[in-house]
Amino acid sequence: MASMNTGIVEQADQIFVVLKGAVVSHLPTILQPLVSAIISVIAVVAVFAGLFALTTVFERKGLGRMQNRLGPNRVGPFGFFQPAADGIKSLTKEDLVPRAADKIVHFLAPVVLVAASFLGYAVLPVGRNMVVTNLDAGVLYFFAAGSMVELGVFMAGWSSHSKYSLLGAMRAVAQMISYEVPLVLASISVIMTAGSLSTVDIVAKQAQYTGTIAHWYVFTPWGFAGFILFMIAATAESNRCPFDLPEGESEIIAGYFIEYSGFKFALFFAGEYLGMLATSALAITLFLGGWSAPFSFLAWVPSWIWFFAKLLTLIFCFIWVRGTLPRLRMDQLMGLAWKFMLPMTILNLFVAAAWRFVPGGLPVRWFVCAAMLVIPFALLSRGLRSEKKLQTRTYRFAE
Amino acid sequence: MTILFLILAVLAIVGASAAMAFRSAVHAILALALAFVSLAILYLSLDAQFVGFTQIIVYVGAVAILAVFAIMMTRSDSAHHHTEVFSKSWLTGLVLAGGVFTVLAWAVLGDKTQHAAADAPAPVTTVTQIGEALMQRYAFPLEIMGLLLTAALIGAVVLAMPLLSNKSGAKSVTKGDAR
Repeated sequence: MASMNTGIVEQADQIFVVLKGAVVSHLPTILQPLVSAIISVIAVVAVFAGLFALTTVFERKGLGRMQNRLGPNRVGPFGFFQPAADGIKSLTKEDLVPRAADKIVHFLAPVVLVAASFLGYAVLPVGRNMVVTNLDAGVLYFFAAGSMVELGVFMAGWSSHSKYSLLGAMRAVAQMISYEVPLVLASISVIMTAGSLSTVDIVAKQAQYTGTIAHWYVFTPWGFAGFILFMIAATAESNRCPFDLPEGESEIIAGYFIEYSGFKFALFFAGEYLGMLATSALAITLFLGGWSAPFSFLAWVPSWIWFFAKLLTLIFCFIWVRGTLPRLRMDQLMGLAWKFMLPMTILNLFVAAAWRFVPGGLPVRWFVCAAMLVIPFALLSRGLRSEKKLQTRTYRFAE
Repeated sequence: MTILFLILAVLAIVGASAAMAFRSAVHAILALALAFVSLAILYLSLDAQFVGFTQIIVYVGAVAILAVFAIMMTRSDSAHHHTEVFSKSWLTGLVLAGGVFTVLAWAVLGDKTQHAAADAPAPVTTVTQIGEALMQRYAFPLEIMGLLLTAALIGAVVLAMPLLSNKSGAKSVTKGDAR
C-alpha cells in the first residue's frame, strides 16, 4: 500500500516530465533535442503569459478589496475573464506612432523588453527536473538577461521623442541600476553558501531535511534578512509601488511607455509583470527552497504545486504592498538604495560567512548571527533617522 | 555550429560598423550593444559561460547604459548636428587599425597551441574553476583590482564633493522658495 502511494506521488510529481518524454521519444533521434527544447520553451511562454493574465485580474480584484470597492466583475464569473477582454481590446486598438518618433527604435523597444523578460525563465526550476536548461552559471545568466531590460526601457523612452517618456526612462534606468546592486549582493550570500551558481544545485541544497524542517535559506538569520532585502530590491527593479516613480501617473503620466498604444502598450505591461514574476521566482529559488516542501511530511505534494503556490503568495505580497504604501520621492528612493540597502546587503554577506564558522549548536549560531544583523540595523536606521530631522508636515495649499 | 558562427560574426561586424557609421549617437550605441550581444553569444557557443554572461552584464548592462545616460544628460537633440560621418583623419585611423590587426594576426598565427587545438576537444572550464583560480592563484591581482576600483570610487566621491559643500547654501534658497 505504502509503495503504491509513493508510486502515485512520484507520478503526480513527474507528470509533465513523463509527458514530455513520451512525446519526444516518438521522434527520430536527430530531432529529439530540438523538439524537447521547443516544448520546454512553449510551456514556459504559455504558463507564464497565462500567469500574467491571471495576475492582472488578481491584482485588480485585490486592490479593489483593499480600497473598499469591487474591482472588475462584469466579464465571466466574478470578472475572471477580464484579461481576455483586455487582450482583445488592445489587439483591436489603433497602433499610434508619434510623427517625431524614431520609428525603428520605437518598434524594437517592446520587442527587446519582452524578449529579455522571457529570457530569465530559462534557468528557473519550476519543479523537480523541470527546468528549461541547467546552466553552470544560471544566476549570472538571469542577471545578464535582466540587464538587457534596461536597454529596452531606454529605447522606448528615447525613441518616443517626448519629454515625459524621456524623464520616465531616465528615472527607470537610474532606479534599476541602483537597485541591481543590492539585488545581486543579496543573492551572492546564497551563492556563497550553496557554493554554486546553478539554480538547480541551489534548490537541491535546500531540499534536504533536518528532522522535519527543510534547509531553506530563509530559515537562517542571514537568509531571512537577505530575502527581505532581495524582495525590496526586486520591487524597485520591477518598478512597482512604492517604487513606481518611472510611471508616476500624477507627474509624468505613464513614464517611458506613454507614447505607446494598443498591443505595444500591452507588451510593456506584460514585460513589467513578467519581470516581477521572474524576480519572485528567483527569490523562491534562492531563499524559499524552490520547488521543495517546507516540512518533510508535506513532501507528497507535487513539486510544481509548491513552486506556483509560493509564486502566487509572493505576488499577493506585491499586491498587498502596492495597496498599502505611498510612492517614495526620488531622493528617498536613492537614499534607501545607497544608504540603507547597500550597507545591509554587504553586512549580510559577512553574516552569511560567519554563519558557517560560528562554533556551537544551532541556537548559538542563530543568536550570534541575528545579533550581528539586528544591532547594525538598529544603529543604521537610527543614524539615518537623526539625519532627517523629522517634523510635523505643514501643507501650504491644503490646510 | 558554423551556421551559428556565421550569423553571429555577421551580426557583430554589422553592429560594429553601424556603430561607426550612424549619425545619431544613440543609434550608434544601440548598434554597439548589438555587437556586444552577438560577441557574448559567440563566447557562449564556445562553452565560455562566465565570459559570455559577464560580457552582457558589463558591456550591455553597464557600459552601454552609461553611454546612453551621458547622452541623455548632456544633449537635448542630437538630430540637428550636421557633422561629417567620415572624419578627415581617416588615413591615420586606417594605419592604426591595420597595425593592430597585423600584431593580432601575427600573435594568433605564431601561437603553437592553435594547431593542436584543432583536433583536441575544447577544454571545459566551469565557473567553479574560475572562482578557485581567482581565490587561490590570482588572489593577489584580484585584491589589487579591488583596491584600484575602491580608489576610483573614492575619486568619484571627491569629484562630487564640491557640489555637496555648496548644498548648504543652495538648500536655504530652495527651502525659502518652497515654503
